[in-house]
Amino acid sequence: MKKIDALIIGAGPTGLFTAHQLKLIGLDCEIVDNLDKIGGQCIELYPDKPIYDIPAVPECTGEELTSNLINQLKPFDIKFHLSERVEEVKKEGDNWIVKTNNGTTFQTPNVIIAGGVGSFEPRKFPIKECEKFENKSIFYSIKDKKMFEGKTVTIFGGGDSALDWAVELSKNSTVNLVHRRDDFRGAQATVDKVHQLTKDGKINLFTKFQMTAIKGKDKLESIDIKGDDKEVKTLQSDYVLGFFGLIMQLGPIANWGLNIDKKTVEVDTEKFETNQKGIYAVGDICNYPGKLKLILSGFHEGALAARACFKLARPNEKYRFEFTTSSKSIKDRLGVKSD
Amino acid sequence: MAKITYITHDNQNHTIEVQNGLTVMEGAVQNDIPGIDADCGGGMACATCHVYVKEEWLDKIPKKEDGEEDMLDMAFEPKQNSRLSCQLVVSDDLDGLIVNIPSKQG
Repeated sequence: MKKIDALIIGAGPTGLFTAHQLKLIGLDCEIVDNLDKIGGQCIELYPDKPIYDIPAVPECTGEELTSNLINQLKPFDIKFHLSERVEEVKKEGDNWIVKTNNGTTFQTPNVIIAGGVGSFEPRKFPIKECEKFENKSIFYSIKDKKMFEGKTVTIFGGGDSALDWAVELSKNSTVNLVHRRDDFRGAQATVDKVHQLTKDGKINLFTKFQMTAIKGKDKLESIDIKGDDKEVKTLQSDYVLGFFGLIMQLGPIANWGLNIDKKTVEVDTEKFETNQKGIYAVGDICNYPGKLKLILSGFHEGALAARACFKLARPNEKYRFEFTTSSKSIKDRLGVKSD
Repeated sequence: MAKITYITHDNQNHTIEVQNGLTVMEGAVQNDIPGIDADCGGGMACATCHVYVKEEWLDKIPKKEDGEEDMLDMAFEPKQNSRLSCQLVVSDDLDGLIVNIPSKQG
């Protein structure tokens, strides 16, 4: 079990800056995120879209903002637990015991939820029967591509994931690629490659089609797809892959005894503490009168929550407010020379 | 001001007067219409404000801008009359608009 001063859930901009604030005031922290990379919505939803309302940054993309925040954390050694989801949060004395789905356990007086709109989960097929085959014949991500060798794989989607896998799997499998319209949003070079492979007979391309039915008892046998012109085709398939991006789900946070309203967690505006002592919520996931879902608001909320953490992590010390421009102890932590 | 009717998947009609300048998504969220999640807050980044626009309205509403069709690829059961309600800005011209909300957004 890891003993830390504070655990941050969510490695988006708010979680990253909150970590910075904690380290500046001398607290240690670790960060858990369900995604396999740092950056949260900025990286997952809009890495290339410009943002214009970060103070003192006239324009930057989600990816640039993330890499700047990571740079700002460089003086500190912060452990990230990526591709891990916090499952359980339990009170034990003055501490919270936090468990992830990978079996990591933390003991900490402070848990800061910076979870955006919850954890990202793959979007699934709308057809109910698909659940039965999930992780057996239907997949939303690929761990081991070898299982598809020599099999017939039907891939759904029009983005980079769908196209990249269609190209890759066409080397050793029979590939059907199904998309709801003619245009693909993946990289043009990959789109061109898919069209070339279609011409060469390596990929069977079905555009303006969507899945309407799935057949098979224990094992997947075939799926039906229906075109915009109402034409129905049956595709024999061993495996079906769906790449429809990710959706945000509140997930296990809903079970931690917090006051939740419309997927957001109620907090006070002094400490950004929830109704549970020592659990804070900052960034898009928190809710209070006047809440603005802006990145800059998350920074402010994280700064205040970090100060609140100090009291619980160092009950016998008094927190003293200091500026980074003049504090020797802060400069020591940052590893920069004092004047 | 425009009267907009939101039909939820259980066939309940919710008719609401929405101020000009707000989006059809905001009209739903502010009035607690179930089924419009709008996770990204109107940034055209999530497809959870997806609605089906009544056919007769398709030509009268603002056209799709770049990116909306891409986002609709991610929507739950997209159809030809699918739109993201965060991209539909309300004006007097939209008075009487009817949209259906899909059975779920995820």
